[in-house]
Amino acid sequence: MYGKGLRPLSIATVAMLALSLSLVFFYAPLDADQGFIQKIFYIHVPLAIVALLGFVAGGVFAILHLRSGDKRWDAYSYVSIHMSVIFGVAVLITGAIWAKASWGHWWVWDEPTLVSFLIVFLLYATYYPFRYAIEDRDRQARYASVFAVAAGAFVPLNFMAVRMAQQLVHPRVFATSSGGLPGEMMLTFLCSLAAMALLWITLVKFELAAKSTSGQVKRLRRALDAPGPANRSRIAPEVS
Amino acid sequence: MTPSRAAFAAILGKDLRAELRTLQSLPAMAIFAVTTFVIFRFGLDRTQLSGDLASGVLWATLLFAAVLGINRLFVTEREEGGFDAIRLAPIDRSVLFAAKATALVIYLLALELIAVPIFALFFLDSVAALGPLVAVLVLADLGLAATGTLISSMAVNSRARDLLVPLVLLPLVVPLMIAATGATEPLLAAGGPGYERFGTWLMVLGLYDLIFVLLGYAVFDFLLED
Repeated sequence: MYGKGLRPLSIATVAMLALSLSLVFFYAPLDADQGFIQKIFYIHVPLAIVALLGFVAGGVFAILHLRSGDKRWDAYSYVSIHMSVIFGVAVLITGAIWAKASWGHWWVWDEPTLVSFLIVFLLYATYYPFRYAIEDRDRQARYASVFAVAAGAFVPLNFMAVRMAQQLVHPRVFATSSGGLPGEMMLTFLCSLAAMALLWITLVKFELAAKSTSGQVKRLRRALDAPGPANRSRIAPEVS
Repeated sequence: MTPSRAAFAAILGKDLRAELRTLQSLPAMAIFAVTTFVIFRFGLDRTQLSGDLASGVLWATLLFAAVLGINRLFVTEREEGGFDAIRLAPIDRSVLFAAKATALVIYLLALELIAVPIFALFFLDSVAALGPLVAVLVLADLGLAATGTLISSMAVNSRARDLLVPLVLLPLVVPLMIAATGATEPLLAAGGPGYERFGTWLMVLGLYDLIFVLLGYAVFDFLLED
């Protein structure tokens, strides 16, 4: 049931990615200050936004799981966080490349957004050892949901504290509000954002589909290995 | 007294009595803190500390000493069946959260009562900063107790109990440590205590406390279901 609509979604994602990349390289103007390297902005920032929204989505799914007890929401929450952590690795790598190119160092501690993102990433990286240290299935799902909710509340708090810790805030290369970007750049940026969001959704759907399929296969295998009367009827109607 | 209040007082009293009789956590935390100061003295090769270095040493030490206590917070509950007893009792489950967090705040205050004067004795010129430092310590303890209780109650039911608390807790308290060190740094400055952005940092600490106390209260029910 998770596999439904995967093919058109994948095609749309590929098309959107191709469109946004061609906009990045052929349409968006070169930045007067930073030149070509600035184009990594169209990859880095959408990735970061999508990853953070994915963490928030993981928290929302976790609340739904805690309220309803439906295991499906826990799977959604897990896959959302999982995909966002992978996106987070890409964010940190592209951020380091951009920092090297524009400030001359692979890592700068006085850029609050980058540091906040690292802390959030480190917190979510502990989701896996935390989750898999709990053996009981139901308890694992519940505890993981509590973790996702707490971490979701932590994200804005952390951004605030890190930003305040800067003695003098680094001059922002791009204003965060849309006013700072010229029209062509803004269009390209929005296209990239849509492409990254689609990519995230597609990958989440793929993982959910893979998880549910492998679960089904496992159930079928078990039913074949131990053909008790209850199990047998689930495979095929019995002919007497 | 309402049943919740009575249950709160009973659990808190039980915890404090058990700690007083067995002395399982507090002495270990205090000794750990003092030893860590000694290690910092040689690690940094300094006999006097002030400003950012002093605040960093103090808070790193207090945090790691706190982790020791947080690790052990629910061990008796798990090993002696305290969780089952709470589940059977006709009380609100969040009472356990409130009582345990309060016990942890008391442990942390006791730890700081020992460790902070020794820190001042070892490294500081004057004790003028210790008065306003109390406010920072109390607010940071509240936040640490709320997150610590939440993580500890989950970690104790897992395979990797001692591993999970430091692993999950440390990133979670980064904002708390940013605010606490930010407020402490001007207090311990070389030329006498300063109050640069002191109120702002206290507000951040208060906000952190508020969010995680409410969150702990809201989700603790789910941790005891079985």
